[in-house]
Amino acid sequence: MLDDKDRIFKNLYGLDDWGLEGARRRGAWDGTKAVLERGRDAIVNEVKASGLRGRGGAGFPTGLKWSFMPKQSDGRPSYLVVNADESEPGTCKDREIMRHDPHLLVEGCLIGAFAMGAHAGYIYVRGEFVRERERLQASVDQAYEAGLIGKNACDSGFDFDLYVHHGAGAYICGEETALLESLEGKKGQPRLKPPFPANVGLYGCPTTVNNVETMAAVPDIMRRGAAWFSSIGRPSNTGTKLFCISGHVEKPCNVEEAMGIPLRELLETHAGGVRGGWDNLLAVIPGGSSMPMIPHWQADRLLLDFDGCRELKSALGTAAVIVMDKSTDIVRAMARISYFYKHESCGQCTPCREGVGWMWRVLTRMAEGRAHRREIDMLMEVTTQIEGHTICAFGDGAAWPVQGLLRHFRPEIERRIDEYAANPHPDPVRMAAE
Amino acid sequence: MSVRRLAEPELQPKSFAFTAENLAWAKQQIAKYPHGRQQSAVIALLWRAQEQAGGWLPQRAIEHVGDILGMAHIRVLEIATFYTMFLLQPVGRKAHVQVCGTTPCMLRGAEAIKKVCQQRIHHEPFHVSADGDFSWEEVECLGACVNAPMVLIWNDTYEDLTAESFAKVLDGFASGTPPNPGPQTERQFSAPVGGPTTLKSVTKA
Repeated sequence: MLDDKDRIFKNLYGLDDWGLEGARRRGAWDGTKAVLERGRDAIVNEVKASGLRGRGGAGFPTGLKWSFMPKQSDGRPSYLVVNADESEPGTCKDREIMRHDPHLLVEGCLIGAFAMGAHAGYIYVRGEFVRERERLQASVDQAYEAGLIGKNACDSGFDFDLYVHHGAGAYICGEETALLESLEGKKGQPRLKPPFPANVGLYGCPTTVNNVETMAAVPDIMRRGAAWFSSIGRPSNTGTKLFCISGHVEKPCNVEEAMGIPLRELLETHAGGVRGGWDNLLAVIPGGSSMPMIPHWQADRLLLDFDGCRELKSALGTAAVIVMDKSTDIVRAMARISYFYKHESCGQCTPCREGVGWMWRVLTRMAEGRAHRREIDMLMEVTTQIEGHTICAFGDGAAWPVQGLLRHFRPEIERRIDEYAANPHPDPVRMAAE
Repeated sequence: MSVRRLAEPELQPKSFAFTAENLAWAKQQIAKYPHGRQQSAVIALLWRAQEQAGGWLPQRAIEHVGDILGMAHIRVLEIATFYTMFLLQPVGRKAHVQVCGTTPCMLRGAEAIKKVCQQRIHHEPFHVSADGDFSWEEVECLGACVNAPMVLIWNDTYEDLTAESFAKVLDGFASGTPPNPGPQTERQFSAPVGGPTTLKSVTKA
């Protein structure tokens, strides 16, 4: 188990004071001026050396992303935008940072913005997080008052303004270009890339969009050094990570652990194990609803990091571990995920707008067995026609969970279809997957 | 995508204007963005308009926000219909309950919470109860998955619910004394039930 001294989020459960005083006691805002005095390149290089990869789902190396920002301004300002539109089903980690340790994020924003030459930053908080946004705003106000941000931030000579912005209930605004559109006061419909935001982003200016957890990890990396961070986890999967354990475990919880922790160890150490014991596990979604599930017969060897999940044809995503035990109606559970995507599609690209609703309707029938066996292949084909054929990755995220279901639980769907065909008026289908 | 339309004309108020206080607040919001980019404040202003109008957005409020920001009315209508937290139909006076029904909550029993809504409020979502006090809808993931199942009422979340504890939450809103937000069981936010397995040296401040 990760040692408490190696944890970044020391107030994860809100036991201590969230404010400036408490944050300082826990080590935040310590020597920030000295960090900035090391210079832009040194900060970017330190973050690169730490191996920190984006915590918002895609896992892109953070230092590399920062290095794409222009070194010299061509007259346009640069912007830092923080993605706090945490909406991936299963994920509830950024919420804890914003309400219990917001100063880590504010400090991370200052350091990141300095490294990218951005004098203004916007934090885009999802609309539903009203209290979290109020708390974050309060911590920004505290930081201004203490001279930590604003004009001559931390007495470094660098000016930095930080603003809290919010959405109003649109999952798609977690996609970085949709987020920028929304921040500009438009519908959150993703933009074509290229041009990438580092070139043409917010208001047509160079912009970098980072996740909350990524930014909040930066101050500790700068203070303790890249070597400390990269000594945790496995090569190219370094550091600590907030895991959100939900679903059929005895004690669902959020916890910070080392990357690469085996699934079973994570569940049994922190979440009281799978309900009814490890053998009662049916499947697990390792990284939020967009990622393909991993069935129980593979779960034994799942290591929770980017490469570990990829080896089993899934992905770490946001490290939101959704556990499903053998009482779960797996087809219905996936149909509900498809409904989510149907509801949240922005409607811009036809394959997604039409295809996701189609998948949901077919899966709903399949959950009851009201389908033909040949429709299983048809469904698989439709998922591949959505995946990779849309402007943003939403189409992929909608297709993958369905592909995961068909890959691992095809016999279950066939069984239901055969049962229904043999008896077209069966008892009502099993209710809640609980 | 979901189909979202403005409320019927007979439900629409004839006029809407921000109070002086809200107008001053709106100007502060606009100041957060660079000159000429006031459109960025549209979500914040619509939100405040919804609060002032009693929890839903009438057409006049949408147009009023457009006028303040110098936006064509159709552009503001796009925003109001795209973002699902803008409610376009009148809602309950005492509580509009947003039940999370996405898979992580469903796995922990969100359907039982929905049933309570159907029995106590209205069989259909987006319908105000007979006494006009309550309404409900099923929403997509609200980001409190380790505290599932949960609901959002106005600005606060009520987490770790059962049908019984949720009924108590509704009773609280009915009598004007809502319970404390957060987990409705003995639990420290998102820590495991029974106490954290980590950070044990941190004690309650």
